[in-house]
Order: sequence, then C-alpha cells, then structure tokens
Amino acid sequence: MTDRANIFDAEIAKARCNAYRRRILDMSQKVSALHIGGAFSCTEIVDLIYNELMRPSLDGGRSPDTFLMSKGHGCMIQYMILVEKGILSQADLDGYCTPHGRLGVHPDYGNPGIEASTGSLGHGLSMVVGMALAERGRNTGGRIYTVLSDGEIQEGSTWEAILMASSLKLSNIIAFCDNNDFQSLGRTSITHPSFYPLTDKFAAFGWETVQCDGHSSAELYETVRNRRGDRPLMVVAKTIKGKGVSYMENVPLWHYRSPNKDEYKQAIAELGAQI
Amino acid sequence: MRNTFSEALYEAATRNPDIYIVVSDISPAGSMGKFSTQYPERFINVGVAEQSMIGICAGLALKGCQPFAYTIATFSLYRPFEMVRDDLGYQNLPVTVVGMGAGVIYSTLGGTHHTMEDIAIAGAIPNMQIIAPCDPAECTEATKWCAAQKNGPVYLRIGKAGEPDLTKGAEPWKFGKLRYLRRGTDVCILTYGCITKMAAQVADRLQAQGKSVSLVSVHTMKPLDREGIADALKRHKHVIVIEEHVPQGGLAPQTKQLAWDVQATCRLDTFTLKDEFIHCYGSWEDLLEAHGISVPIILAKVS
Repeated sequence: MTDRANIFDAEIAKARCNAYRRRILDMSQKVSALHIGGAFSCTEIVDLIYNELMRPSLDGGRSPDTFLMSKGHGCMIQYMILVEKGILSQADLDGYCTPHGRLGVHPDYGNPGIEASTGSLGHGLSMVVGMALAERGRNTGGRIYTVLSDGEIQEGSTWEAILMASSLKLSNIIAFCDNNDFQSLGRTSITHPSFYPLTDKFAAFGWETVQCDGHSSAELYETVRNRRGDRPLMVVAKTIKGKGVSYMENVPLWHYRSPNKDEYKQAIAELGAQI
Repeated sequence: MRNTFSEALYEAATRNPDIYIVVSDISPAGSMGKFSTQYPERFINVGVAEQSMIGICAGLALKGCQPFAYTIATFSLYRPFEMVRDDLGYQNLPVTVVGMGAGVIYSTLGGTHHTMEDIAIAGAIPNMQIIAPCDPAECTEATKWCAAQKNGPVYLRIGKAGEPDLTKGAEPWKFGKLRYLRRGTDVCILTYGCITKMAAQVADRLQAQGKSVSLVSVHTMKPLDREGIADALKRHKHVIVIEEHVPQGGLAPQTKQLAWDVQATCRLDTFTLKDEFIHCYGSWEDLLEAHGISVPIILAKVS
C-alpha cells in the first residue's frame, strides 16, 4: 500500500475535470434525466478522491480505500470516472436510465465500483462510520472517503453520524461537504442562515475541519495532505453549482435539467475555452 | 429472552470476529457485559441515535461484517424506518435488527413504547426476514441462525425477560418452518412471540374440555411457511390465530388469505390487538385484555 506522494499535477487534474464535464454534457444529449449542477460542483472533489487520494493496491486488485458517494445525485461524475478506469463500461453508460441498463440517476450497490446505494440524503455518513469501524477492526489501514451535499447536512441523521465518527475517533474518515449553497428550493444559506459558517459546526462536534476552494484541486489536495489525522476530517469545499458553464452557475434550474442543442453547443464551447 | 439472546450472541462472537452489536442506549443484560468487556471494539453504543445505529450496521455489513442492531422494538424499527428500508432492505445486507420488548410488554410506558404494527411494517419491506421466537430456547436458536446467515436483513422480534419455556421436547427449530409444540387433531392454535404463553394456556383449557389440540409456533413470520399453514388448515376442524399485533399485516390476515387460497373448510377464529392506541397502564395481561385478548375471552369465543 503506497501513497501517491508528490505526483500531483494541478494542470493534469484540471484537464481531467474539464473532460469529465464535457462527457457529462454529452450524456445530457442522450438522456435528460441527470443532475448536472450537482455533478459539476463536486467534479474536482470526486476526481481528486479517485485519481489522487485513493491508494492503488500493490497487487493490482481493489484499492485499500473506499469511496462512498453520500450525495447520490452527484453520481454522474462518479460514473464518468469509473468508466475511464474500466470499472464500468461504455455499454453501461450507453444503458444509463434505459430499461435494460443497470445505471440509474442514483448509485446502486451491486454495480461495479458502487460501494453503497445512496440517493436518499442523510444515509451515507452513518454507513461511512460503519465501514471505517470495520477497517479499523481488521487493522487494514483502509480509509473511507465520502462527499456530502450541503443540503444533506440539514438531515439530523447526518449529525448522528458526525457525532459517532468523532466519539469513535475514526481518523480514517475523510469527508468533503460540497458547499455549493444550493438545495432544490434555493440557497442553503437562506434556508438556514444560522448554519453558517459550517466549519464551526463540524469543529464543535470534534472533527478536524478545513474550508477551501472546492474547485481548486491543488487546495483540496493540500488540505487533505496536511491534515493532522488524529480525528475524522471534514473539508468544507466552497463550490459553485453548475461550475464551468456560465448559464448554469448558481442557477437552481440546472439541478435537474438537460441543455437543449444550442445550450449544449455553448456549454461545450465554454469548457473548450477553459483548457 | 434478552438474556438468552445476549448469551447466544456472545457465544457466536467468540468464534466470529466479524460479529458486532450496535446498541442505542439500551443493552441486553446477561452476557452482554462479557461481550463489551472482551470485545469493546465490537460493542458500539450510539446513544440515543437510532438512525445512525442502522446506518453503521449497514456500513459494517457492506465491509463483510455481521452486525446486530439492538434497542426497544419501536426505536429499532419505527424511528429509523427509512434506514432499515434503504440501507438494509434495498442493499439486502445481512444485518439483524433486534426489536426488544415488542408488542405491549412495556405495558405501563404508554403507546410510544408499544410495538403493535412491526410485523406489518417490517414485512412490507422486500428482502426483510422476520423471526419472532416464542420462548428463550427458541430465541437462542434464532439468534444463532441470525449470526450465521447471509441471506439479507432480519427483524428479530423478541420479548424482555421471564418468558416460560414452551418448546421443551418440541421438534427442532428450523428457519422458515412453523413448529408444532404439541400435536392434536381437532383444534390448531397458530401463534408466535411472547403471547404463545397465553396460547398455551388456551390450549391447556381446550384439552381439559376433551379436545385434541395442536399448538404451533409460527416463529418465522417472513417468509411465512405457507405450506405449513395450509397443511394446518387442512388437517384441523378449527384453527385459532392468536397474535400480539394489530389486525392488519400480521398472522391473522395472512392466514385468512391463505385459507381462501387453499379453499379451507375449517372454522377460523383470529385474536389480535385492536386497531387502536389504548391508554391503559396496567400489566401486560391488562393491556392485552383491554385489546380483547385473554384466556377467558378467547375460550368464550372459541368453545
């Protein structure tokens, strides 16, 4: 088991994320059922987890680390990465949301690379705690990575898990809160202004907590690399819903809408210009 | 049953390092002290946080462990219902959700602590299995089975303490198969869980009246032993269902449905809790009587 020390390249990460976003837009022209906004807000985070943080196994098998997508509606970015890694196939992607396919709008346990069924918010973090306990019990050194949405942290069940993770001193949990400040009906900071700043709340519950730019792969990477590691880590990642496409950014409509042909062309052109 | 549950689980845990128990501020008595002392990493108290209790069990099971969730039945099933459905049922994980003190055993604690509709609720979840042992020995068998099975989730509905032994000399316990505690030819009483104690008293009285009585523990409430029930409906002139559960979704309606399906010709009487929250604060027997279940009430109706 080795860390991927000192091989991080921010420019390569940026190119990867740009390509993932374009592939997600391509998907949106085949099927309309997908959450683009929430996938684009956590693109850098999920990319970093899979491509930089999770350690490869020495024998070519499974990583000793686990990724659980707690904000299941963001899974399109996960699917793109799993296809790139050959864990899911292009045929799987072609069958997305079709009667004979196996991939739906939310991740299903049992599909390759999917560690838990999520989609209903507030379930992921407790499962992460259970997984982290199992890894500790077996002394495997396995780390559990997860991405929560900022709407999801309004669930009381998330806070039960927050409490348990710190009480059990599960230092092998590394969580990211995709703080795009949007939920279905508007800004999370307007729904619950007293919830902010978020970092105080996680810190009060005994987590190591750091806030950073969730679209800066380098910042995210350094945040995790520099963690103290004696307790669970919550990275409050400040993100933009629909990041990368001007007309999608911070517009709630794009939570669950696909672009038409002209919008698609514009989005691809904008992303192309960012490379 | 709490004691035999914890003894059986402790025994299983000494042999299997993947067995965990996640409790929510309620711990089974008896051997659970030994369990928590010897295996502190595998005894997790989440406090009053039942949703995380179920989710943590799911996470453990996703990593190949064999976890048990344990608290009072209302809080192990109702409070974290969506976690039981999604995390355990949908993902089909081998987690045992123990509902302790089910029925109206917590008789003086009021409706918040009465578990009257758990079979209907748990039984409605695809993949869920349900076991409701009738006495401590059956609880031991059920716990051992739960500790070894990998089929999927189980709701294990148990009592509290002081249940009499009812299964001595009975045929062996087998998951999914109803169990004759005594065999007769005239009347058959189908029951499960703690109320089997009262069903046995009814059987005694009917036998004293000269009837040949079967007493059956339908301990596996899902999957229900439909063949076994159909056979009982065929081989007896009179079948009586006694259950500590509301009229909908339990053994009584399922037996009636089966009776129709197999065109049974026997007489069929059912005794269930009422579809009501009853504000009575007496003993377990007082509560049952308020719901219309007691030995004299049953005898008056079936004799």
